Amino acid sequence: MKVGLFVTCLVDLVRPSVGFATLKLLEEAGCEVVVPETQTCCGQPGYNSGAREVAMDLARKVLAEFRDCDYVVAPSGSCSGQVKAHYVEDLFHDSPERPEFEKLAAKWYELSDFLVNVLKVESVPRKFASPVTYHDSCSGLRELGVKMQPRYLLQMAGAPIHEMAECEKCCGFGGTFSVKLGDIATRMAANKVANARASGAKAIVGGDLGCLLNIEGRLRREGDLETQVLHFAEVLAGGSDDDQGERRPPQINADKRR
Amino acid sequence: MQVTSMFFKKTASMKLDDPVLQESLRKFKGKFVDARARAVAEVDAWETVRSHAARLRDHAIENLDAYLVEFERNATRRGATVHWAETAEEACEIVVGIAKANGVRKVTKSKSMVSEEINLNERLEAVGVQVVETDLGEYILQLANEPPSHIVAPAVHKTKEQVADLFVAAHHKPRLTDIAAMTREAREALREHFLTADMGISGSNFVIAETGTTLTVTNEGNADLVTTVPRIHCVITGIEKVIPTLEDFATLIRLLPRSATGQSIANYLTLTTGVKAPGETDGPEQMHIVLVDAGRTKFVGTDMQAMLRCIRCGACMNHCPVYQNVGGHAYGWVYPGPMGSVLTPTYVGIENAGDLPNAATFCGECAVVCPVKIPLPDLMRKLREKQFDRKLRPWGERLGLAAWSYAARRPSLYAALTKFAARFAAFLGGKERLIHRLPGLDGWTKGRDMPAPEGRTFRELYGERQRRKASSADERR
Repeated sequence: MKVGLFVTCLVDLVRPSVGFATLKLLEEAGCEVVVPETQTCCGQPGYNSGAREVAMDLARKVLAEFRDCDYVVAPSGSCSGQVKAHYVEDLFHDSPERPEFEKLAAKWYELSDFLVNVLKVESVPRKFASPVTYHDSCSGLRELGVKMQPRYLLQMAGAPIHEMAECEKCCGFGGTFSVKLGDIATRMAANKVANARASGAKAIVGGDLGCLLNIEGRLRREGDLETQVLHFAEVLAGGSDDDQGERRPPQINADKRR
Repeated sequence: MQVTSMFFKKTASMKLDDPVLQESLRKFKGKFVDARARAVAEVDAWETVRSHAARLRDHAIENLDAYLVEFERNATRRGATVHWAETAEEACEIVVGIAKANGVRKVTKSKSMVSEEINLNERLEAVGVQVVETDLGEYILQLANEPPSHIVAPAVHKTKEQVADLFVAAHHKPRLTDIAAMTREAREALREHFLTADMGISGSNFVIAETGTTLTVTNEGNADLVTTVPRIHCVITGIEKVIPTLEDFATLIRLLPRSATGQSIANYLTLTTGVKAPGETDGPEQMHIVLVDAGRTKFVGTDMQAMLRCIRCGACMNHCPVYQNVGGHAYGWVYPGPMGSVLTPTYVGIENAGDLPNAATFCGECAVVCPVKIPLPDLMRKLREKQFDRKLRPWGERLGLAAWSYAARRPSLYAALTKFAARFAAFLGGKERLIHRLPGLDGWTKGRDMPAPEGRTFRELYGERQRRKASSADERR
């Protein structure tokens, strides 16, 4: 089974460890993983800023890059929603290219959905004993129905889940919204952080790096250097690439800070 | 109502720091949301009803001309006079004309958002007509001289204490803070107006073509007194409110109160058809129905047409995380929240409401709860496309987008830029691995740190890994 890994632009730039954790989860489950070198972005930032043409160009680029794969997996509900919902239903809705994009959408999976519903994994590489709370990112939840999949996997890793109030409420990231309307985004992140901390969890876990950076950014600004903010792939597989040796783990080490 | 939507960003930031408003919003937040969830759960086939309602609204909008004419015919047959107003100005002139022609000195009003759109109260007052809002929330706002901040609960931004002060000033009675007692006091103050008004003005939640009926959905019963007691009843409503049949009303009323306030049904559904007939004891002698366009036809036949399905329940704003945090006034016109972010730019011009389509994270809650399945985020995105095409966003934003667009399509350049950016930002993050301030991204760093990148891109690290694998495979060979 040839599985294309769509790394996502944020993971590529900010937290490669999430990419390696994803790679590990897929490889340990027996997938032959390919990572097209030319991939950049699914086009969502442009699409949501009104730049339709560039979004279409990037969609075509994604299509070409993953044409040979049986499946494509992304550690993001947001990028996956862009591909599975918006490429087909909007960008190429009435285009002759639509069937191609329908095929792409059909073989494209958000990571937790793929692990649970396609690979049907029964174990994960790592144990995680600290209590976690899960933030449901909007696109994954509302566009793809990702809800129980990551929780199921977290339980497989042995992580007790302490649900927070309003776990389905937007954290305020929203791509460029987080910068354009920063004050509102900050308040939404503060609400999320308050709910997460009230849950008593030691780690806030999610499936989209954008939300996680937003939540962590607020958490740290409020002076909380203890609570971890992790992608579920990092929880399930550890942050570092084993081949890589000397890479920094994603956990915040409080001693080294401030 | 004066449009201040162009100041959304600034106003919203002020609202975030307004402790009284924040307290009101905090109290309000869960109420309608939880009640709606319970009320929706009562309906087995909620999604089916929703789909049906969306289709029937689409059908009505696609045949707007035919159904409006049918409505006019049937309403006229029952003794009502139907007026057509293409603009807000025309609508006001018509109502003022009716008032003048009949020597109207006092008007009682039940809640009408269309009248807010067209500044009707001001226009009536300018010709010496006393206007009394009778919906409790609207009554409070009239005393406070403020616009509504929610389409269903207009005074939701007001605290009980603020209302108590307003009542003392208006009613000259001892200050009350028990809500039931305050309501009774308002009721008593309004009673005299109900009995002495020459004309009642109401909105209409729908207008029914086959019967020529207008109707109000309320909880206070004030609309019944407004529509039946005075000798003249004037209905003012948008042309998109037309639905073909009573049966369609039966469908929509299953959705409206549940979506709005979480009630299975509202306290009063008042259907009004025509004037007092010979031999009848109650009802107005004259009934005027003003059908207002004022921008609505701008949606017809465009990719924004789905917006006209809206039945004004307010579920989108109740669930919107942006509305929940900044309240309705920040949106700067009659309609707040996601529906306002679509309506306002189209009604008043996108150049006068630039931030509204951007005042959304596209979390999608509004689309999920909309009883007539309006794809609100998609419509806001279409408005963003218009802004992009017309170069209406600030130059910094456009420059950033252009640079990103250029690089994202050129993998080698993109790889080089991200390689540099990852290192540079990691350097900025220092030992803490947090960036506290980043010029150009102050919108982020004002209230949040930016977790720094790890330092190298996935692309680089993965490339190295593949090369290592290849060379160790070579060695084994």
